[in-house]
Amino acid sequence: MSQAATPTAAPPRFDVTRVRKEFPILGRKVHGQPLVYLDNAATTQKPRVVLDALVRYYTEHNANIHRGVHYLSETATQAHEAARRTVQRFVNARDAREIVFTRNATEGINLVAHSFGQAHVREGDEIVITGMEHHSNIVPWQLLCERTGARLRVAPITDEGELVWEEVERLIGPRTKIVAVVHLSNSLGTVNPVERIVELAHQHDAAVLVDGAQSAYHLPVDVQAMDCDFYVATGHKLYGPTGIGLLYGKAERLEQMPPYQGGGDMISSVTFEKTTYNELPYKFEAGTPHIAGAIGLAAAIDYLTGVGLDQVAAHERDLLAYGTSALRQIPGLRLVGTATNKASILSFVMDGVHPHDVGTIVDRMGVAIRTGHHCTQPVMDRMGISATARASLAMYSTRDDIDTLVAAVGRAREVFA
Amino acid sequence: MFDLRDLYQEVILDHNKRPRNFGQLARPDRRAEGYNPLCGDQLTLQIELDGEVIRDVAFDGSGCAISKASASLMTESVKGKTLDEVRTLFEKFQEMVTADAEVEPDTDALGKLSVFAGVRAYPARVKCAVLAWHTLRSAVEGADDVATTE
Ligand SMILES: Cc1ncc(COP(=O)(O)O)c(C=O)c1O
Repeated sequence: MSQAATPTAAPPRFDVTRVRKEFPILGRKVHGQPLVYLDNAATTQKPRVVLDALVRYYTEHNANIHRGVHYLSETATQAHEAARRTVQRFVNARDAREIVFTRNATEGINLVAHSFGQAHVREGDEIVITGMEHHSNIVPWQLLCERTGARLRVAPITDEGELVWEEVERLIGPRTKIVAVVHLSNSLGTVNPVERIVELAHQHDAAVLVDGAQSAYHLPVDVQAMDCDFYVATGHKLYGPTGIGLLYGKAERLEQMPPYQGGGDMISSVTFEKTTYNELPYKFEAGTPHIAGAIGLAAAIDYLTGVGLDQVAAHERDLLAYGTSALRQIPGLRLVGTATNKASILSFVMDGVHPHDVGTIVDRMGVAIRTGHHCTQPVMDRMGISATARASLAMYSTRDDIDTLVAAVGRAREVFA
Repeated sequence: MFDLRDLYQEVILDHNKRPRNFGQLARPDRRAEGYNPLCGDQLTLQIELDGEVIRDVAFDGSGCAISKASASLMTESVKGKTLDEVRTLFEKFQEMVTADAEVEPDTDALGKLSVFAGVRAYPARVKCAVLAWHTLRSAVEGADDVATTE
C-alpha cells in the first residue's frame, strides 16, 4: 500500500528467468549441451507470444487485405494496420503513414537508395557513409553512384571503432545529398552520435538514413527526437519473424519520392494511359505484403515494450560490462570495438586461434556465436584482421551464458596451446 | 572432451602452427588466389612446373587452422606428382570430406591427407578444407581469377 503513495511507482522488476521462460527455443540442447545462444546480432529468438500470433493469424484471420469486403479480409486489414500503428508508436513516428513495411532492413535501404536517389541524386552529388557500415548500407549506395555518377564518401573510424568526428564534419558539405549511418554497429558495438550527424547534415540540407537494424532491439528509439529522415529496422532481430522489416520516412520526404516497385496495392487507379499512385505508405508497398509477418512483428514489439526497453538496455549494459571484463581476463584475447558508447556486442580475436576455429569449438559446448567478417569487410580491413568471433546479447542473455562462453573460449585456447 | 580431436588432429594442429612450404617461390610458373567469403580465409598459391610435373609449390595467406593445415599438407602431397595424379587426389580428397560418416577414407591413396576425414562431421568447415585444392586447380588451369569456395 505504501508503494501506491510514492509519486513514481517503480517499473516492474526485470526478471531474466521469467523472460527466458517465454522463449521456447532456449530450453533445447545442442550437441548434448544446453543451448547458450549468443548470436543475437544475426537474429534473435522468438517469444511464445510471437509464435502464437502467427498461428492465430493463420488459423483464424487469414485473408488478403485491402481488397475484400468480406469479414476475414476486413479483420486481416485491421490487424495489419494495427501492426503499423504499433510500429509507429514504437519508433515514435508522428504518423502511421510514415511507416512502410518492407522485407527487412536491406530492402528499406534499397528503397530509399532507389527512390530518394531517383528524385534527388545527380552526377557530382555526394553520398556519405561511414567505415563501419554493414554491406547492406554500402552496396545500395555504390549502385546508386554507378547509376547517377554521384560520389561515395566514407567517414573513417578509429582503432577503437569510433567515428573520426573531424572527418565527418569535413565530409558532410554542400554536395552531400544523403548521409547513411549505422546506429549501432553489428561488428563493433559502437553507438554512433546520430543526433549530431543529423544536425550537421541538415545544416547542408542533406537527408539522413539511420540503419537501426541493431539499435531497434537494444536502445529506445525516437525518430522525432533523432530528427532523422529515414530509419530502417528488421523484424527478425526485433524478436519478430523473418521477412518483415520497417522503414520510417518523414512524410514530406516520402511524398516527394517516386514509387519503388509497381504492382497491386500501390496504385489508386490504373489505365494504360496513366496510373496514379496510392497515398502513403501504400505507394511503397506493392503486392500482397507479409501480413502475418507484420502481425508477428507487432506482437514482438508489444512483448518488448511490455518488458521495457529501458530495462532491457540496462540489463544488457550490465552484461556487456561483465562480459568485457571476463573476456579480457583470457590471455591473448583482444576485444575489437572498444568505443566509449557501446552496446550488446563482444567481438574479439585471439592470438594463435583463428575465429572460425573458436566458433567451431565453442559450438560443441552448446555456445552459438558468429565468426567471420559479419558483413562488414571494410571494418575488418580497417582493423587489419580478416575475421572476429562475436558474441552478441539479447534480453534473455545471462551472466551464466557469459561464463559458459568464457569457459568454452578457454577450451579453444587449450586445443591450440 | 567431446569429439573435437576428430577434427583437430595433432597433425592438423602441427601444420597450422608450422605450415610447410609457406612463403613464395623464386620462379613460379603459375599463381592463383583463393578466397573463402564465409570466413575470410585467403591464400595465394604458387607452383613451379616441370612439364606435367609439379616441381615446387608454396602458399601464403591467412586462414583458420583447417584451411591452413589443408594447404600445408596439400603442398607436401602434390610435390613431384603429375597434374593428372593431382587431379585424382583432389577428387579423392573431396570425396572424403563430403562422405557419410561410415565411409572409410581411402588411406592408401590419400596418405596423410586422411587426417581431414573428421571434417565431414562439420559441414560448415568443408569449404575451409577444400579451399587450397580449389586454388591449386585454378593455378593448374592457369585461370587468372580468384578461386572461391562458393
Ligand atoms: C547493422 C546492420 N544493418 C543491416 C543489416 C541487414 O539486416 P537484414 O539482413 O535483416 O536486412 C544487419 C543485419 O545483418 C545489420 O546488423
